[in-house]
Amino acid sequence: MNSGILLDMKDICKEYPGVQALDHVPFQLKAGEIHALLGENGAGKSTLIKVLTGAESLTSGSVFLDGKSVKVRNPLQAQHAGISTVYQEVNLCPNLSVAENIHIGREPRTAWGFIDWKTMEQRSKDLLRSFDLDIDVTRALDNYSVAVQQMVAIARSCDISARILILDEPTSSLTDSEVEKLFSVMNRLRGEGMGIIFVTHFLDQVYQICDRITVLRNGRYVCTEKTGDLDRVSLVGRMIGKDYSELAGGLTERGESPDRESLMDVAGLYKSGTISPLNLTIRKGEILGFGGLLGSGRSEAARLIFGADRADGGEMTLDGEAVQFKTPLEGIRAGLAFCPEERKVEGIVGDLSVRDNIMLALQAKQGITRPLDPEEVNRMTDKFIDLLQIKTPDAERAVKNLSGGNQQKVILARWLATDPRILILDEPTRGIDVGTKAEIQKIMIGLAGEGMSVIFISSEIDEMMRCCERMVILKDRSVVCELAGDSLTESRVMRSIAGGGA
Amino acid sequence: MTMKLIKKYRDGRIFWPSMVFFAILVFNTLISGGEFLSITIMDGHFYGRLIDIFRNGSKLMLLAMGMTFVIASGGIDISVGSVMAIAGAIACSVIRGNLFPALQGSVFFALVLALAAGALCGAWNGFLVSRVKIQPMVATLILMVAGRGIAQLITNGKIITVNSQAYYFINGGYILGLPFPLYLVMALFAGALVFTKKTAFGLFLASSGINEKSSRLAGIEVENIKLLVYVFCGLAAAGAGLIESSGIKGADCNNAGLMIELDAILSVAIGGNLLTGGRFSLGASLFGALIIQSITTTIYAMGVPPEVIQLVKALLVITISLIQSEKIGLKLIPAKEAVS
Repeated sequence: MNSGILLDMKDICKEYPGVQALDHVPFQLKAGEIHALLGENGAGKSTLIKVLTGAESLTSGSVFLDGKSVKVRNPLQAQHAGISTVYQEVNLCPNLSVAENIHIGREPRTAWGFIDWKTMEQRSKDLLRSFDLDIDVTRALDNYSVAVQQMVAIARSCDISARILILDEPTSSLTDSEVEKLFSVMNRLRGEGMGIIFVTHFLDQVYQICDRITVLRNGRYVCTEKTGDLDRVSLVGRMIGKDYSELAGGLTERGESPDRESLMDVAGLYKSGTISPLNLTIRKGEILGFGGLLGSGRSEAARLIFGADRADGGEMTLDGEAVQFKTPLEGIRAGLAFCPEERKVEGIVGDLSVRDNIMLALQAKQGITRPLDPEEVNRMTDKFIDLLQIKTPDAERAVKNLSGGNQQKVILARWLATDPRILILDEPTRGIDVGTKAEIQKIMIGLAGEGMSVIFISSEIDEMMRCCERMVILKDRSVVCELAGDSLTESRVMRSIAGGGA
Repeated sequence: MTMKLIKKYRDGRIFWPSMVFFAILVFNTLISGGEFLSITIMDGHFYGRLIDIFRNGSKLMLLAMGMTFVIASGGIDISVGSVMAIAGAIACSVIRGNLFPALQGSVFFALVLALAAGALCGAWNGFLVSRVKIQPMVATLILMVAGRGIAQLITNGKIITVNSQAYYFINGGYILGLPFPLYLVMALFAGALVFTKKTAFGLFLASSGINEKSSRLAGIEVENIKLLVYVFCGLAAAGAGLIESSGIKGADCNNAGLMIELDAILSVAIGGNLLTGGRFSLGASLFGALIIQSITTTIYAMGVPPEVIQLVKALLVITISLIQSEKIGLKLIPAKEAVS
């Protein structure tokens, strides 16, 4: 038994039908360390955590706890084994009191077998005080802020004598001072020998508190490094699949971007708590990239421009005319189109046929009282199935039966059918096979060539560099810089995304 | 051409519900020794068990159509029974001159006001569901409870009887030998069918019911679609209320449409429509309503105590749940036919 190694996961594989979510991933956690688990969307972080906590069963691989092989089949077993998880959304019971939440399932009893409320409250109070938290434990949990609720959840985990604490994006909804408080607690627990796995999107926080970093990408293990040995830019490179050292200094060949007329101006568009005031210009016939890590505000910015979310303020002009989109329909009528990030949740209408899915936005644009001519619909559907090479037995097939790549093409067809002037694509190539990925990129470049403006968002810097003429980089919910022409190089992009030093 | 139609019927959603209905008819014919099918003509009107099923089932058929739309949108409306009571109360009060005496008991205006009240009730439900975003079950529960109170306020808590041949005609009248309520059903069915097929409403409704988020991002005004289906459902319920009230020649706020919302939901379910919303078939729901009505008639005809009806319905629900369950997955209803 290797002293100090608390948790050792080896060759972890997890398959979902058709998807290899984890592919022989190793993971080690030492006692008394805070270990960051990083990766972009779909990297496999949450799957790894689910496997560890027993929420999902692993397909193959082994887990050793203190050198002993364990099989965690459900969350309760994980708890008994000393593994506790605190999620972003606190998974306690909001309408029970703080004390009840801490002691749920293991309430102290009196000699008569009744719950000993006095002891329970006193113990809760003492416990929370050790976390610098002095609150009324008899009040319902939802009276307190998310930060306090999280602290209660952590306190509860410690009280159950957890040895491994998993914090899954705990800081997303916390203010700076609350984060500080959380960190001091984490530091203390580290000192007591607890192993902490910290999942976050905020790189600043990683460098502030973590000892080691493990990076996953596309379900594969990338690396485990000491925080001090991995600078920000290299870290971002690992996360998005590009080694900085390979291209440091080297410029990507890129011609001068042609002068283009501006099509849409966005001035000070914002939504509180989602994105800070946004200023940018979209030009005719260009592919404009929104760069940044997950949670940087890249998707939020796109949603705001399209009208998927309602802006709190700011102005937009399209072709010199002031516009304002309160609903997606208004955006569509003005000539915008938006392929959202979550294809299954916000894109396809699963039970409807391929044809209905393709015609949906055009029909909405036309209005409910003016149905499209069925002949015309058939003709257009066939055209798009042919043009985008959508693989489906026929147009009648329910779209949910298609593969991910073909579903994405159906949604692309839906928007092309509306003949948009600005096409916004949020992660159009995620979870899609390489061939289809290249096809979608080609289509995009072709469309821009025909004069359509495209806003392109992707976690993969490679394809952004290949497709974009200009890039707007976002970080912490606001635009940090705009890169075009000579300044649009991979190294510049990565440095801007990573922010901070380096 | 004929083959194509037969194939369309065979693959369609109407196939199984209609088969079950015909099976019940055949069963009835056999146990009654053929008497079940006999239709006599008196004064140029058709009489017989079969005609009774259609006449008595017409209320439920109206409700089933409204409920089909609501359920397709991903909602549910449990207030239809109370809306029926309100419609009956308003119509009878106006005809008696208790309400709006200036109308001098005009049956025409009584009907218009009753239907308008139904639509208003629907709009209220739709407002709560689509704008205030209350869960449909809870939102319509409000009117389910309050509606009977409103009806009682209108009638001053009394049972109102009316004396109007014109009003009686709604339930008891005949046109071309067939009972009048059947024409109401056909009219609403035709109207609803045209509306779903000749506009994009059917597509938008199914889409909203399947995936609200996707539909909204594709430009569908999901809130308005939802509002509309509840208004339609309220209107259909008011129509059913008028038939019921005409049948008893008065308004009985305590008993009009009592528990009928459950039969309406059951009709939609028997029709093979998913209660989770999405693709729907109005025709299938109509057969669902006819199945319930014919079972009721059969049980009465067999001299079995009427309490048994509830048991039979319960068995029906269990069967349907099993068919729709993904685990059991009998998959009798093909999912690929378009909305109809």
